[in-house]
Amino acid sequence: MSRLSADQRHAVRFTLNGKPCSGQAEPRMLLTDFLRHQIGATGTHVGCEHGVCGACTVDIDGVPARACLTLAVQVEGCAVRTVEGIAPAPDRLGILQAAFKRHHALQCGFCTAGILMSLDTFLRENPKANEQSIRDLLTGHLCRCTGYAPILRAAMEAAAEMADRGAEEKSDA
Amino acid sequence: MKPARFSYIRAESLDEALEVLRYEGNDARIIAGGQSLMPMLNMRLARPKTLIDIMRLPGLGRIDRQSENVTVGAGVRQAALLAWPELAQTLPLAALALPWTGHVQTRSRGTVCGSIAHADPSAELPLVICALGGEVHLRSARRRRRVSAKDFFTGMMSTCRADDELVEAVAFPYTEKRCAFREVARRHGDFAIVACAAVATREGVRLAIGGVADMPVARDFPRLEGSALDDALNAFAYDLDARDDVHATARYRRDLVRTIGADLVREVLQ
Repeated sequence: MSRLSADQRHAVRFTLNGKPCSGQAEPRMLLTDFLRHQIGATGTHVGCEHGVCGACTVDIDGVPARACLTLAVQVEGCAVRTVEGIAPAPDRLGILQAAFKRHHALQCGFCTAGILMSLDTFLRENPKANEQSIRDLLTGHLCRCTGYAPILRAAMEAAAEMADRGAEEKSDA
Repeated sequence: MKPARFSYIRAESLDEALEVLRYEGNDARIIAGGQSLMPMLNMRLARPKTLIDIMRLPGLGRIDRQSENVTVGAGVRQAALLAWPELAQTLPLAALALPWTGHVQTRSRGTVCGSIAHADPSAELPLVICALGGEVHLRSARRRRRVSAKDFFTGMMSTCRADDELVEAVAFPYTEKRCAFREVARRHGDFAIVACAAVATREGVRLAIGGVADMPVARDFPRLEGSALDDALNAFAYDLDARDDVHATARYRRDLVRTIGADLVREVLQ
């Protein structure tokens, strides 16, 4: 049995955006704080800290999850992806990011990292996602700037682009 | 906010988790998906000394279809039950209610048993197990017992689970009978102002209401129509002892019980 004592910091190791990542965390440390304060990966935002706003959404082992409702010690050995891992290169935007830019799907940007991660994990699993399923996905996020309509348009366009690209890859094979 | 300090145990066997519960009792809490417990920890409404993580235990992630019911283990996430190919056929009520349980981003981690163990009066899964007359399988180092959903819930976020017990599984009676579900919330996926589930029975219909009383409440009705149905639903709405809160007034809640209740009764009995 491994008991991690309350008042000490313990080694935590997982994969962050495809690269090995490690740090020290007390058992009570949230994954949000671990990413931001221990690793310095501040792309993941902290909003409500009780799972309602969606700003901290990350991808844990291929599914979208609230980093504020996850302890750092719980992701030991897991594969975590954050918004820092979305762009193909530091000077290039990913498909979703480019669509968000074209459609003005963000203003202040506070909610954007979480929404991108939800959409990214969802569209990987559901390349033919329809508008209703994307609307349903977006209920898990709060945005106070855009009114959601541009986010929906960007998501639909990105989904279509990803589906086209997927079809091309299959036809090349 | 951040949780208060606790030690963390990644259980390697069920016996190990049960031993810790036996010695630490109410000071220890089981964490599975964490989607109910973590908000309580973050807001410091719960301050356990020890968390026992059961998500890496083998064998708890099973969905078993038996002759009379579907048993869902403590490690089964809500998303996994929703994606189970036999769900719509065996548990149509759960198939209707699960999309209303939190959001995609919380169902991916939250477990079925965890939501039932948490016993939020507005939550959908306690309502479903209550409407179907299911059972909760409790286990401790000293015994195993099965408790009917009706007896499991004892009040606002409280259950008959003893301090040394954990919810090992829940069993939903297998049903092909007609059923219906409807919910009113400010935002899809938020906790219900009123949630209503209806299941056809031999004599008529069973209606279960969440979000009004301090726990989900089910009542059996004979086949009724017109003013007799209205009167029966009105009596049910008043018996639920609705309270005013920031989300809705008691009067609005009673009105929803009457309106949605009548719609669902008609839908199930037609």
